[in-house]
Amino acid sequence: MSPASSDLIIEIAYIIAAALFILSLKWLSSPTTARRGVFAGEAGMLLAIAGTLLHHGIVDYKWIAIALVLGTIIGIPLGRVHMTAVPQRTALSHAFGALCVTLVGTAEFYLRAPDLPKFMMSVLSLEVILGSLTLTGSLMAAGKLQEILPQRPITYKGQNFVNLSLLGVAMVIAVMLVLDPSKLYLYPLIVVIPLFFGVMMIIPIGGADMPTVISLLNSYAGLSAAAMGFVLDSKLLIVAGALDGASGFILSVNMSKAMNRSFTNVLFGAFGQEQASAAGKEEAKPVRSATAEESAAILAAANKVVIVPGYGMAVSQAQHKVRELYDALNKRGVDVKFGIHPVAGRMPGHMNVLLAEADIPYDRLLDMEETNGDFQQTDVALVIGANDVTNPAARSDASSPIYGMPILDVDKARTVMVIKRGMSAGFAGIENPLYYLDKTLMLFGDAKGFVGNIVRELAGGGHA
Amino acid sequence: MKLDLLSSLYVFMLAAFIGFEVIRRVSPLLHTPLMSLTNALDAIAVVGAIILAGEHKTTLATILGTIAIISATSNIVGGFIITDRMLRMFKPSGAKKA
Repeated sequence: MSPASSDLIIEIAYIIAAALFILSLKWLSSPTTARRGVFAGEAGMLLAIAGTLLHHGIVDYKWIAIALVLGTIIGIPLGRVHMTAVPQRTALSHAFGALCVTLVGTAEFYLRAPDLPKFMMSVLSLEVILGSLTLTGSLMAAGKLQEILPQRPITYKGQNFVNLSLLGVAMVIAVMLVLDPSKLYLYPLIVVIPLFFGVMMIIPIGGADMPTVISLLNSYAGLSAAAMGFVLDSKLLIVAGALDGASGFILSVNMSKAMNRSFTNVLFGAFGQEQASAAGKEEAKPVRSATAEESAAILAAANKVVIVPGYGMAVSQAQHKVRELYDALNKRGVDVKFGIHPVAGRMPGHMNVLLAEADIPYDRLLDMEETNGDFQQTDVALVIGANDVTNPAARSDASSPIYGMPILDVDKARTVMVIKRGMSAGFAGIENPLYYLDKTLMLFGDAKGFVGNIVRELAGGGHA
Repeated sequence: MKLDLLSSLYVFMLAAFIGFEVIRRVSPLLHTPLMSLTNALDAIAVVGAIILAGEHKTTLATILGTIAIISATSNIVGGFIITDRMLRMFKPSGAKKA
């Protein structure tokens, strides 16, 4: 085949692949067509790789074959992780994507420098800077989620200043390279400084900020891939990168809205502050608590129950017990739904995946708006391992650090039950007035154990 | 050169708009699979790495290209597998258990 005709075939394969990628995301919009979306994505990917292998510049397939096999061997276990490990797996895959982009950018630089037009060098710098900071940032996030690294946010004075200066220095060096690409010795700096910045960026991040951070890293990974598309003049890569970047951007905006943070606040990595310690309010206010037996009786007498899960449910692996509770109540004719806050868990959609894994039908999983319209007619709101996302202070107390944050209005239900280990404050260190309401019953204990006890009571006398 | 660049910018602009419109419609229910799927699609960067590793222009480029193929391929394979596993779990009410 002549180079010209193979190039044409490759380009046609790429155009079809790009169309398949867009269809893939379009079909993902509904659970009924979503699996078709995965299939379209796979087909596009195979087509693009097969087309690329025809490229006339390829003189040796040995390393390509070895690398494809090795990548597959690493990829299979990464696709088979347990559902509770999905957030850290996602962070790790952002790191892998960023690694690929950074390495290709570096190789391209040394192949072409100093013969790099200004625009080319600019996008190459963008590709490498975004790639490097996403690489280490994602590894740090994965380490925190896997609990290899300490999860407590580490903050110090002037943190934002230090971080922004690091990024600023990297950009200045990038500009110097754009003006004079023959300064080869400068190049390693635009890799190393962002690598360091990525680490510093994640240090102040705590667990509850993870959904925002993972989305943001997703967006960065996509944008760096799009920049790589400009460098390699690959329209397919530009399309895929733009789609991924847009997806990460939309999710970041959603998450920051749900966390009541401005998007600029998020963009500049200024997470994890506002750890306003509400010290001095330590007087013990009375709360009403209840046993599993009492809660089972109340739940059985209800017509409508909304369960509000949070990260605590994931930690105690309670989703399968929750499913048993759902079945037991359903059998008694109780209408049970789930109200899911956008930032419940450690990544967007985390709770939905865990509950779907426990075989709870997806039409029972409602988002925040749908649920909030329902609470007035709800007999019991059962909160399992969620705290700040149910705090009515976000609506009423202008002095609260979470004032304005959209919450699930569980306090509008007739009875509220909260399963919680103890009276400690939530992630943000803010007291939750919900717990002191007359209609609220505190169910103290481990989520999995307590739900299990309720299920046993419902099954008819737990006194076996 | 200049024209190539402009047409690339056009492609980027259009793809970004399509991305926003398509992804806005994805239900929050499926945001986790959305992220793993876009991640797998993003690994299309592998095509650039394949050419680098196959061209054998310099040893450095071949080594970097080979490592880049490994990391992108692991994302493609792992990303598609886990997305499909997650989506298989989402069932409507009344569906028979698998």
